[in-house]
Amino acid sequence: MSNKLELWGGNDLIAQAAIDAGCRFFAGYPITPSSEIAEQLARKLPKVGGIFMQMEDEIASMGAIIGASLAGEKAMTATSGPGFSLKQENLGYACISETPCVIVDVMRGGPSTGLPTAPSQSDLMQVRWGTHGDHEIIAVTPAFMDEIYSETIRAFNLSEKFRIPVIILLDEILGHLHEGVQLPDPGSLEIVDRTKPTVPPEEYLPFDDRFGDVPPMANFFEGYRFHITGLSHGKSGFPTTDVEEVDAIQMRRQRKIIGNTDQILSNHEYHLDDAEIAVVAFGSVGRSAIDAIDEARKQGIKVGLLRPLTIWPFPEKRVLEIAKQVKKIIVPEMSLGQLILEVQRAANGNADIVGVQEVGGQLIRPREILAKLQEVI
Amino acid sequence: MTFDYSKYLRNQYIPHMWCPGCGIGILLKAILRSVDAMGWKNDDIVLVSGIGCTSRMPGYVDFNTVHTTHGRALAFATGLKMARPDKHVIVVAGDGDSTAIGGNHFIHFCRRNIDINMIINDNNIYGMTGGQYSPTTPPGSYASTSPYGHVEPNFDIAKLAIGAGATYVARGTVAQGLILEKYIKASFAHKGASLVVAESTCPVQFGRRNRLGDPVDMLHWIKERGVAMRKAEKMSEEKLAGKYVMGEFIKDDSKLEYTERTRMLIEKVQQKENK
Repeated sequence: MSNKLELWGGNDLIAQAAIDAGCRFFAGYPITPSSEIAEQLARKLPKVGGIFMQMEDEIASMGAIIGASLAGEKAMTATSGPGFSLKQENLGYACISETPCVIVDVMRGGPSTGLPTAPSQSDLMQVRWGTHGDHEIIAVTPAFMDEIYSETIRAFNLSEKFRIPVIILLDEILGHLHEGVQLPDPGSLEIVDRTKPTVPPEEYLPFDDRFGDVPPMANFFEGYRFHITGLSHGKSGFPTTDVEEVDAIQMRRQRKIIGNTDQILSNHEYHLDDAEIAVVAFGSVGRSAIDAIDEARKQGIKVGLLRPLTIWPFPEKRVLEIAKQVKKIIVPEMSLGQLILEVQRAANGNADIVGVQEVGGQLIRPREILAKLQEVI
Repeated sequence: MTFDYSKYLRNQYIPHMWCPGCGIGILLKAILRSVDAMGWKNDDIVLVSGIGCTSRMPGYVDFNTVHTTHGRALAFATGLKMARPDKHVIVVAGDGDSTAIGGNHFIHFCRRNIDINMIINDNNIYGMTGGQYSPTTPPGSYASTSPYGHVEPNFDIAKLAIGAGATYVARGTVAQGLILEKYIKASFAHKGASLVVAESTCPVQFGRRNRLGDPVDMLHWIKERGVAMRKAEKMSEEKLAGKYVMGEFIKDDSKLEYTERTRMLIEKVQQKENK
């Protein structure tokens, strides 16, 4: 860790972290409140020999990063709710073709054009289920500047390691917030690259399961000619409607994520050890929760926090453990109840679950969470 | 000497899935012969497609191949080309795929003048989904969604591409395979956004609904509607109604290509940085 304290904005920092993670291709389309990410990368990428492209639309941006990734680049796009909706079909293509890529969604109020300049957390379910069909997805939810940096690095690493699109989920507050942060030396970072095939080209299958649930991935133009399609396919990559083959590859794609949650999940836990009440929150609301808990502890309320840094896959085992320990769980979120549904599902009736919800376009403040804590105690 | 196509095909997946009388086979042959003439290596080529009958072509050729989402082939291809400007990126698409759902990507591909070879198999119909009308379905003709005759005017894809800034644009037909091949070869040799439109046949989905169910009749229909560029210049708009113009419309080598412009920009920025 260098000692230098630097002032960074959330969106600007994502751009720098992406470059430090090895991203050399960005395609995007202007949309508030994420545009600074594109603007910063338009400045920074050429300096490191990378490609910045402003595409004709959100759909093209998503297609272009998949294309660049197939050619071996680490690639990213950034958007907000309406743009993320447009990307969904190609996001599914990245899932089924197991092509690594990173998508930043800086959430704003919705539905539709909604509140372009105000925060929200109402894309949570769109992130998980926005594209059609059964699929897994990984989404990370940083809340502080150092986390925005480290989670962006982690997003690229997870994407390469598991051959899956990874979403960095911010909200308007975190995107536009400026704070001092000490960044690590980029040389000290652990950077993961996709596993290349070890077999000769004539034996290579792009969806070979002999090497585990994440098949090695060749880049195009390196002698391993293969076929990629959005159709259901077998190990060879060619389309199939064979029930057993389709079932096997669907199950493997699910297994590669839910069978490896120990490598994917990450939580920040705060004062949970002796907690009688738990708060589950992420992103900027997670920061309000920390302040509320500090104040509540001063008043003798035994409350702790679970703040997922990986929100998808959901930390359901940990939530169940906590639900068995505490009497009540408070779920503050800037939506009319998306996170609370997951907490309820995971808690499975083991605790009373109470929401604190805000959809007017402002942050849930610490005092609102504190008031709920005082009310339920 | 007969041409050996097998070195460019994934022979294990032949026979293909296209209907008897379909024009795509002739187009595929013209593409493979052009690849051969250019001396391109299979490893250095990526063939990208969207969704539809034409878009099943990548599965049959032994290149790097991507069968993407409907209308989006050019978006994926742009990412591929930008990442590896030294490689050959070919896009094949149908008329619906490229000019309806993919229309936005198409015009911006032309505008950027990126060195991608776009080839459109224009059979005037959505074949795979059952014969619905497309942006190039001639007015008055019948489709499964125009059972009383088509009421919309049709696109002239070549004019659209020229207007949007493509630097090589030609139109041939699958009824004249050798001329088509000549255009495809020229488009491969051209550095910049190139488009070859192949007027093509779909006797099953278009022909049967328009008294052209016999593939030979359809080929004649394709030929009859085609007017050579020089001849067309002397014809009135009235006389050209219902026809299409064939030829090499534009071949402009004077405009800098997009990956080249991007490379120059990066060099400029890096030189400034290192000062």
